[in-house]
Amino acid sequence: MIQLVPRSGNAPLWQIATPVLAVLATMLVGGLIFGLMGYDPVAAIRTIFWDPLFGPASGYSRPQLLVKAAPLILIASGLAIGFRAGIWNIGAEGQYIIGAITGAAVALALYPLEAWWLFPLMVAAGMAGGWAWGMIPALLRNWFGASEILVSLMLVYVAQRVAAWMAFGPMRNPQGMGFPGSRNLQQYPSAANPELIAGTGAHWGVVAAAFAVLATWLLMSRHIRGFHIRAAGTAPRAARFAGVNPATLVAFCLGLSGALAGAAGLFEVAGPAGQITDRIGVGYGFTAIIVAFLGRLHPVGILLAGLLLALTYIGGELAQLTMGLPAATVQVFQGMLLFFLLGFDLLTRFQIRRRITA
Amino acid sequence: MMIDPLSVFLVLLGAATPILFAALGELVAERAGVLNLGVEGMMITGALAGFAAAYASGNPFLGFATAAVAGAAISLLFAALTQVFLSNQVASGLALTLFGLGLAAMLGKPFEGVRAPVMPAGPLRINWIVWLGLVMVPAIWWFLNRTRRGLILRAVGENHDAAHALGYNVRLTRLAAIAFGGAMAGIGGAFISIATVLQWTEGMTAGAGWIALAIVVFSNWTAPGVLAGAWLFGGVTVLQLRLQAAGVAVPVQLLSMAPYLATIIVLVAMSARQKFSRRAGGAAPGSLGTNFHALR
Repeated sequence: MIQLVPRSGNAPLWQIATPVLAVLATMLVGGLIFGLMGYDPVAAIRTIFWDPLFGPASGYSRPQLLVKAAPLILIASGLAIGFRAGIWNIGAEGQYIIGAITGAAVALALYPLEAWWLFPLMVAAGMAGGWAWGMIPALLRNWFGASEILVSLMLVYVAQRVAAWMAFGPMRNPQGMGFPGSRNLQQYPSAANPELIAGTGAHWGVVAAAFAVLATWLLMSRHIRGFHIRAAGTAPRAARFAGVNPATLVAFCLGLSGALAGAAGLFEVAGPAGQITDRIGVGYGFTAIIVAFLGRLHPVGILLAGLLLALTYIGGELAQLTMGLPAATVQVFQGMLLFFLLGFDLLTRFQIRRRITA
Repeated sequence: MMIDPLSVFLVLLGAATPILFAALGELVAERAGVLNLGVEGMMITGALAGFAAAYASGNPFLGFATAAVAGAAISLLFAALTQVFLSNQVASGLALTLFGLGLAAMLGKPFEGVRAPVMPAGPLRINWIVWLGLVMVPAIWWFLNRTRRGLILRAVGENHDAAHALGYNVRLTRLAAIAFGGAMAGIGGAFISIATVLQWTEGMTAGAGWIALAIVVFSNWTAPGVLAGAWLFGGVTVLQLRLQAAGVAVPVQLLSMAPYLATIIVLVAMSARQKFSRRAGGAAPGSLGTNFHALR
């Protein structure tokens, strides 16, 4: 008979091993599903996980890795801080969309002014927009006790409709011959977020993501607020006695993750996406939740997990082109990854022992 | 413009039905102490499986039965994670939603652009499934409040350690509650694809599962409260559609925010009432969202 015994410590070896196990299990079961669907499983897994980096077309796809990883890492860094404290912001997708809109609004309002300070101002506006959108669930939770999970998620649907309204209404390009969508910021030099080093895909969002990893690591390991967050997550009552104000933490975590998601949205709309359309939200906000968990809510882990999930995006597109796999395959993979990770997590929290019967 | 109140009510009933089913299912799961955020994923699974079965067989009722089975089947993934592997319920529910949305989008491609078979109208020109939903409200109330099994289920949800000490099987009770919630969410999803839209499109549940979760809070964890919440939501939806059709000078995109904003408002109002009432947290089950691990 098997028995689960809770661990007293936090099994550092398993902390690192379980994400790796989860990835391997996802590949295995994913391959099985491809086989059942009538595709060559080995070729499919190779196309998704190997070819984007080392395959024949990798010259195009390699820079895409940073382009896709930057928003994921930026958003997940913020989310992980809240998740550590038991504050569940699952509406990052909405904060990302609003950040893109408020950031782009600055550029569109000042068009065609050229000035060095325009882009920094847009970043500030994007972060402010995301922060404000994140503060809605924070304040509603602090004042009325409303679940931040449900409110932040509902606000994603509201944000999507705001984006559609902007694309068809106030922000529509006056020279766009009636097509929906704003002016293209890539063609507006002061507002554009271009590739900084040719051939790498690195734009300002990548710089910001690297900075976010460093800053959140410092916050969580060296700053008193990071200590409060960790305390509130592991022992809420003890944290309260130690003088941690839960309402402040809620506002801080939702505000910070909102601001980072807003920044990610701005870098995307000024760079790879180029314009506000009704499809500005592509799901980074949801995938970032998986990135945060796969990275064990740790900044370095999030960096690696962000790169891996970016790889599945690019590999998924490649498999769609070359093998005709459905576009949603990536989503299935990402969902499966989270399932396996949560399942294997048992090993970090419990020891498996044979029950000794007397 | 003449508005016939009866026809408005009939539209409201239809608009409320998917939410009603999903929220009743989630109600039972939450009364057993399980917070399943995977409702959206189970609904979309039911929407696809039900539509596929109805389309292939030409029988819409077979579609609903298939949707119930599919919803329950996918909910078992969540059940395995939370009841066997003792994973965090919030994270596992999210995983179920993300996975369900992806799986349905992947498998649904062949069913795009075809139409569902026509459903025969039930008594009083009201859809049979709408009737079923209305019957489920008193049935679930009766089960929870007047039967022995319902009492055990509530005990498990209020205090799983005490229920375990009394000899009740916490895991099995929760497993059954999760599967029932999955089946109900599946039927709710299938109502959207088979009876409302009559087609399959990717992501067609559009947040209905999340609204259902909010309705359960709104209901203060009672079946009649769920009905009230679902009708309120149906009313807002109908009103919004009427205003769109009447050509009100407000952009369509802003009008279509109404159901989500209304959900936030009722959630906030109800949470405030529960926060400032005598019993903190309202009637929320005591063990809601926490996992049970028996050491002996």
